[in-house]
Amino acid sequence: MEDSRHEEFRQDDFRKSTRAWLEENCPPAMRTPMPEDEIVWGGRNPVFKNPDSKVWLERMAAQGWTCPTWPGEYGGGGLNKAQSVILAEEMQRIRARNPLNSFGISMLGPVLLETGTHEQKMEHIPAIVRGEIRWCQGYSEPGAGSDLASLATKAVLDGDDYIINGAKIWTSYADKADWIFCLVRTDFEVPKHSGISFILFDMRSKGVTTKPIKLISGNSVFCETFFDDVRVPASNLIGKLNDGWAIAKRLLQHERTMISGFGLGGGRAARGSQNTGLEAVAMAYRGDQGRLSDPVLRDQIAQHRIDSEAFAFTSQRSAQEAKQSRGPNATSSMLKNYGCELNKRRYELLLRAMGTQALGWESVNPEDFGPQELAAARDWLRSKGNSIEGGTYEIQLNVIAKRVLGLPDMTSMLAKQEN
Amino acid sequence: MSLVLNEDQEMLKDTVRGFCRDQASVKVLRHLRDTRDPLGYSKNLWSEMCALGWAGMAIPEDCGGFGFGYGGLGIVLEETGRTLFPSPLVATVLLGATAINLGGSEAQRQHFLPAVASGELLLALALEETAFHNPARIVCRAEKSSAGFKINGNKTFVLDGHIADKLILVARTSGETDSKDGISLFIVDNNSAGLHIDRTWMADSRNTANIRCVDVEVTAADVLGEIDKGYEILEKTLDIGRIGLAAEMLGSIKEVFERTMEYLKQRQQFGVVLGSFQALQHRAALMYSEIELCRSAVRKAFSELDGTQENIPDLASIAKSKLSEVFELVSNEAVQLHGGIGMTDEFDIGFYLKRARVVQQCLGDAAFHRDRYATLNGF
Repeated sequence: MEDSRHEEFRQDDFRKSTRAWLEENCPPAMRTPMPEDEIVWGGRNPVFKNPDSKVWLERMAAQGWTCPTWPGEYGGGGLNKAQSVILAEEMQRIRARNPLNSFGISMLGPVLLETGTHEQKMEHIPAIVRGEIRWCQGYSEPGAGSDLASLATKAVLDGDDYIINGAKIWTSYADKADWIFCLVRTDFEVPKHSGISFILFDMRSKGVTTKPIKLISGNSVFCETFFDDVRVPASNLIGKLNDGWAIAKRLLQHERTMISGFGLGGGRAARGSQNTGLEAVAMAYRGDQGRLSDPVLRDQIAQHRIDSEAFAFTSQRSAQEAKQSRGPNATSSMLKNYGCELNKRRYELLLRAMGTQALGWESVNPEDFGPQELAAARDWLRSKGNSIEGGTYEIQLNVIAKRVLGLPDMTSMLAKQEN
Repeated sequence: MSLVLNEDQEMLKDTVRGFCRDQASVKVLRHLRDTRDPLGYSKNLWSEMCALGWAGMAIPEDCGGFGFGYGGLGIVLEETGRTLFPSPLVATVLLGATAINLGGSEAQRQHFLPAVASGELLLALALEETAFHNPARIVCRAEKSSAGFKINGNKTFVLDGHIADKLILVARTSGETDSKDGISLFIVDNNSAGLHIDRTWMADSRNTANIRCVDVEVTAADVLGEIDKGYEILEKTLDIGRIGLAAEMLGSIKEVFERTMEYLKQRQQFGVVLGSFQALQHRAALMYSEIELCRSAVRKAFSELDGTQENIPDLASIAKSKLSEVFELVSNEAVQLHGGIGMTDEFDIGFYLKRARVVQQCLGDAAFHRDRYATLNGF
């Protein structure tokens, strides 16, 4: 009893000091909703469209609060779970922006902390915390999509280096990234899952080229990435040789947890905040005396919002349950799938709510289409990728069927892929 | 707010599950149906449940209850939902006692609630007048008379109507048919002159009745809450009822889903178990995902009901619409995935299918609650 009360006092203190620090250090401009083009990705050549976002990043990074729960010895915030929740709540309270968006934080970092050597952590973790290095993920290949483990990019030992040859595809922002975490085949003689290793290297290395892929939305966030006799120090290999598949799977769970967050958009925007909810847009275009004029659309938007709320409750419940275990679990497949489907449904409903005003591709005269209207079509197209990236919808259903429901495998081929 | 059961709640769950497994399995419902039992529930088992304190779970301590909150009642409903166990829990405790607790005078609360907790008194809410839930569409009229009020009108789909000692009857004392103003609640004795109660036999074999009121006399002391202002109590009662029914549905959904998964793991065709076919695995995985959302919707509603009490109408509509929808999905899939055997009366799966459709209609189906949710949220 005494202990828990003591703990409560300590948390109160932490909340007070955190609140004061944020009040003093978070620039006013960083307390407004963040437009897409002001997201900070960091890296060697960082772009700060809003100069205040540079200040904000530097201050947060100095505290280690870009990665609040990572150990202090590697530059992280060293906070315990309760403190990190308080920090998040206090940031939410003043609507502080996320200072840094980074695959280093959401994907590589957690895995590196779990499996890396002390030297590897010293080399990479502090730079991730400070946003100095922008990372990309070298997983999928032209011949290895859902069947990721059949990847063929090979790494052959030559003295103290590996020589890497092959090609990756769907590498997010490879053309802007400084380093890559990459799956390579280091043994061709064993079953496919047993010959894969996980390695890090600099994208400036000789023999690395990238080529952006233009998507149906007109944007190019993904690249083709080619490796032609790229020389990488053997010390850059993470974990044991040929043990890369286990690391890859672990990292995919972190990635799913991140992508499932997309689905929260609909639910969270719903209450409190103005004009961002789907139904608010629909009312602006098709409202009639306080009610949506199309009864079918109204019913489907209500269903979408109900599902979004129930999904948000499920994310909360999953987080509470995860406290009892460690890290993301098999539920991440369910959350990823449901979140993605909600996001896709949301954009389909948005198009129906806005009619042809959502289908403009460019605006010659300002009165043709507004910026939000132009964004609608692009975002709708972008959402189609949600159920393909990070393990397709169908692969996630396989994972749920087997890992959660315990249904047996039809073929040993599928068994190897997922186990 | 915790969306995970605490230790006490886990213990209660184990106790109720054990009771249902040992004494209140689907066999009980089947037996009541096959013997056309005149009461449609087991008096002995109900006494036992009351002795275990389950009828008094959500009743305050100063009214003879245990003040364990609605969360406790929700757990009992969820577990009895697993075996489709028919008891006065919904009509008497969830709806009747809630209405009296929320709207009754101190004298009414002290008079009725201890009797509910001890199992001596059964209640029923006489609300619906058409084949569709519509709590404001009240035609049944109560007009001033020398003794107090004289009630005329018809009620349908009254849960436990033929076994209740007292009815809580919703009648119009003023206003137009669809108006929320002018609705009043009356506590009516089942022996009242002019009250005609006919049991109806529904597909799910649970208790319902049609009721006709011909010049039924009640006094001013029988009014629950204020004249013309009954709708507010009614609406709050209905929301708690919707959340409770969602908990009952959650139990039924989980049980019928688990039985289906067991069957997929056992039944062999083409030399392999059915569950190894990917087409079936994906359907199972989709159901699992929907059921996860159902669990969260129910837990969230109960945690707010026993906590902040914020957004209860929203949460009730979320839970009732989501659970109604998913119970339909899972009960349909259960029959299909069981194949021919799922179509036989000997197998229990059909009971879940039938219950799904009846409980769906209770206090508003999925479409009713989507419409209500949209209205509550201004679109």
